[in-house]
Amino acid sequence: MNKPLRRVALAMMVMVVLLMGNATYVQVIKADELRDGPGNTRTLYDEYSRQRGQIIAGGQSLANSVETDDKLKYLRTYPEGPAFAPVTGYYSFVYGANGVERAQMNLLNGTDDSLAFDRLSDMITGEPPRGGDVELTINPAMQRVAYEQLTSKNFQGSVVALDPKTGAILAMANAPSYDPNRLASHLKSEALAGWNEASQAKGDPMLNRAVSEIYPPGSTFKLITTAAALQNGYNANSQVTDAPSITLPGTRTPLPNYGGNTCKGNTLTKALAHSCNTAFAEIAGKLGADKMRETASAFGFGQDLQVPMRAAKSDLGPMADAPSLYQSGIGQRDVRVTPLQNAMMVAAIANGGKLMKPELVRRTTAPDKSSISEMQPEELNQAVSPEVARTIRDMMLQSEQNTKGDGKISGVEIASKTGTAQHGDPDDKPHGWYVAFAPAEAPSIAVAVIVENGGDEGAEATGGSIAAPIGRAVIRAGLQGGG
Amino acid sequence: MSQPAAAAGTQTPSGHTPEPGVPTRRGTELFLLICSAVIITVAIMLVQISREQTISRELFYYGAAFLALFGAAHFAVRRWAPYADPLILPLVSLINGMGLVLLHRLDFEEVTGSPFTGKQIMFATVGVVLFILVLALVKDHRTLARYSFTCGFVGLALLALPGLLPSSISEVNGAKLWINIGGQSIQPGEFAKLLLLIFFASFLVSKRELFTTAGRRFLGIDWPRARDLMPVIVAWLLSIGIVVLEKDLGTSLLFFGIVLVMLYIATERAVWVGLGLSLFAIGCFIAFNLFDHVQGRVNTWLDPMATAGEDVDPGFQLRGGLYGMASGGIFGSGLGGGRPDLTIWAASDFIIAAIGEELGLVGLMALLMVYLLLMMRGLRTALAVRDSFGKLFGGGLAFTVCLQLFVVAGGVTGLIPMTGLTAPFLAYGGSSLLANYILIALLLRISDAARRPQAPSKPKPKQAPIAEAHTELVERPR
Repeated sequence: MNKPLRRVALAMMVMVVLLMGNATYVQVIKADELRDGPGNTRTLYDEYSRQRGQIIAGGQSLANSVETDDKLKYLRTYPEGPAFAPVTGYYSFVYGANGVERAQMNLLNGTDDSLAFDRLSDMITGEPPRGGDVELTINPAMQRVAYEQLTSKNFQGSVVALDPKTGAILAMANAPSYDPNRLASHLKSEALAGWNEASQAKGDPMLNRAVSEIYPPGSTFKLITTAAALQNGYNANSQVTDAPSITLPGTRTPLPNYGGNTCKGNTLTKALAHSCNTAFAEIAGKLGADKMRETASAFGFGQDLQVPMRAAKSDLGPMADAPSLYQSGIGQRDVRVTPLQNAMMVAAIANGGKLMKPELVRRTTAPDKSSISEMQPEELNQAVSPEVARTIRDMMLQSEQNTKGDGKISGVEIASKTGTAQHGDPDDKPHGWYVAFAPAEAPSIAVAVIVENGGDEGAEATGGSIAAPIGRAVIRAGLQGGG
Repeated sequence: MSQPAAAAGTQTPSGHTPEPGVPTRRGTELFLLICSAVIITVAIMLVQISREQTISRELFYYGAAFLALFGAAHFAVRRWAPYADPLILPLVSLINGMGLVLLHRLDFEEVTGSPFTGKQIMFATVGVVLFILVLALVKDHRTLARYSFTCGFVGLALLALPGLLPSSISEVNGAKLWINIGGQSIQPGEFAKLLLLIFFASFLVSKRELFTTAGRRFLGIDWPRARDLMPVIVAWLLSIGIVVLEKDLGTSLLFFGIVLVMLYIATERAVWVGLGLSLFAIGCFIAFNLFDHVQGRVNTWLDPMATAGEDVDPGFQLRGGLYGMASGGIFGSGLGGGRPDLTIWAASDFIIAAIGEELGLVGLMALLMVYLLLMMRGLRTALAVRDSFGKLFGGGLAFTVCLQLFVVAGGVTGLIPMTGLTAPFLAYGGSSLLANYILIALLLRISDAARRPQAPSKPKPKQAPIAEAHTELVERPR
């Protein structure tokens, strides 16, 4: 019986070798794939038990991890809470991550390839692995003012501020907002309650209006129409209509100026300064859809952007016939923009026509604070020539002169344009817009503000009355609070 | 594996007078047991350092108690089986000790059903006591053959019992393998395994000429006669019966595999293996088509990710284990550093995955090597022993350990569909541990017989060279 016994011994060895081979397959070859497998809470636990890097802006910590006694070891906290939530996003064991927390996930949790060397040295020195830090371009003072301005009157809306020269995002505020601390709670019930409250609340606090929501731009779009006009034979003093109302071609629908008034002046400059609808509708009609589209896309419309969170595309709509083209010329009909896009538009004008890519991350650093990457300002496009940009700026200076609302800053010249956009809601409370940059001679801040549904003034609201004060306050915070 | 003549620490146990020059190697066994105790103690220390950042003197007492327990087993071997293989007991102690360390480590997490360690220590102690009793009571393994039919019947009865009892006292997690009495549950199948092994070994040895007689030659193969097929058919039906009645694929596979291998060893004819595997394939096909739970297991095995996120998610067990092993990687998270609590049944069915997670591929390989060594020593015992029953029985015992390991580790790592077996000596579970200690005692008993020097036969008369031989007077045939 020894021969079969020896063969059985061989078979047993083969069986164990098979087990070893399979274990190698699972633990080495397939391991990475399994780590990302569906519902792999282990990876989550792993990640949540590691010290995550900080999110920093202006030397302040916006998100950091504090050690706890529970299973997840590190609790993510957001010292600035709701004001900075559109920027930081949240990092929740239950709901995953959003905002910069998601966009910079691998760096923050330390699994990024750029941190491989740090991981190795941690392994050798026995240090627990940590994540790298993300430093943002946000100016905390501006962000805080933007949020306070929006929330102090219970507005729904958004503020985006850019550095026109670099594209750095200086502020990105939303109202209403939510508290990411609640979602990050290790108590599942608390995270659940925070999520339900935020997702069911009026005004959708979790919506990042600044980049994800598209609105009719109203009169702020006249800057695009003006740019298109200036590039196609118009100049600042070109004659335009001052009629109080025109009839859209081929229809009986009238298109009146605001309040049905005759425009105070019949030059392009005056038309913009007084935001005359009839003039810009006609200009758009004369230029045609292609030229409008061309200019809009030169300013960034239709572009797929990641800042690093993905921004919704702004769009002119189909503009299929003359009436819709006329209406589009004044930023109504199907024209839709994100607050970010509107900020990019004024930033390009402020920057001599050069459109810079908006960016939220200034610097990333390894756990030992050594730099991994620095923001490289990136030019997206020369939207208009410097001359055209200067012309529009001068018009915007006049526009600011005619804009009411509080908060004007003595000694600082602001170039701005307001917008009061109807959006077809039954109560007809318009969205109020304010886009601006300052100081006009050497712009360092470009800002776009939207206050939804008339703010606290209802149907009577204009961009000047509800949005302009916010924009000016943010500019002041930026100019005076450093930045 | 030849034994060096000059063995370290060769001692003569009192009461026995081994032949001079034939080493018992009991000193080696004791030394290896001490090594095993040291490894286990260090492992517990690692757990405590990792979990509590302290180290306490108590751990040395645990190590000492562990050594005392196996020391008792060692002295029983010294007393009753002095020539037994010196590696088997230390290997078993190492596996069981690692199992205890892992359970202790799991007790730090709030796993359902914990704490495990205390109970498992109790089971291990009872196991060692049974081990000693078997060594003391079974003086010669051949006596077992005398009770073959008794063993066979009792074994069958034990095996069938949970299947016939009402589910309320026999069903756990869908498999009817248990008998729950007063809070204690035993798996009679674990003991039936040993009894049926005795029966099969003895039956096959007594009838093996019958099986080797070829029936008809057909398709180039010597087929056994139809009536000689009976044992295989019985075994086959038996295993199908287990699947049907008790919904236990693992035990079914185990039985069929053991019978097949013993038949092969007894008859030395590979045709039995081919025949058996064909029958097995047919059985699998039938089972797959008839039973939902079998289909479920196979589908889960083919794609454990498929059901993720669904309400009924049979793949989550296997996935949990695979995720654990993947997170362990090559070097593992270290004892106490992983999250084996996220693997369901990490203490019992999935303890292999927990090893893979915390000790890594390296640790798992080492463990598999320890098992392989144990099996090989068992098989070596079967090779060395002189009586047919001993060979067959020993081979069967060794193969049982192998198949249990293969079925459970293969299931947990996704090599084969998952079945409900536990890793011998490693996983939490009283019945399995007790039965396996008896198994090891029997193996050592056979080993003792194998290595014990034979009573010197009468010295052969020295023959003179042929040339000088006298012519002999040859009797004339009448």
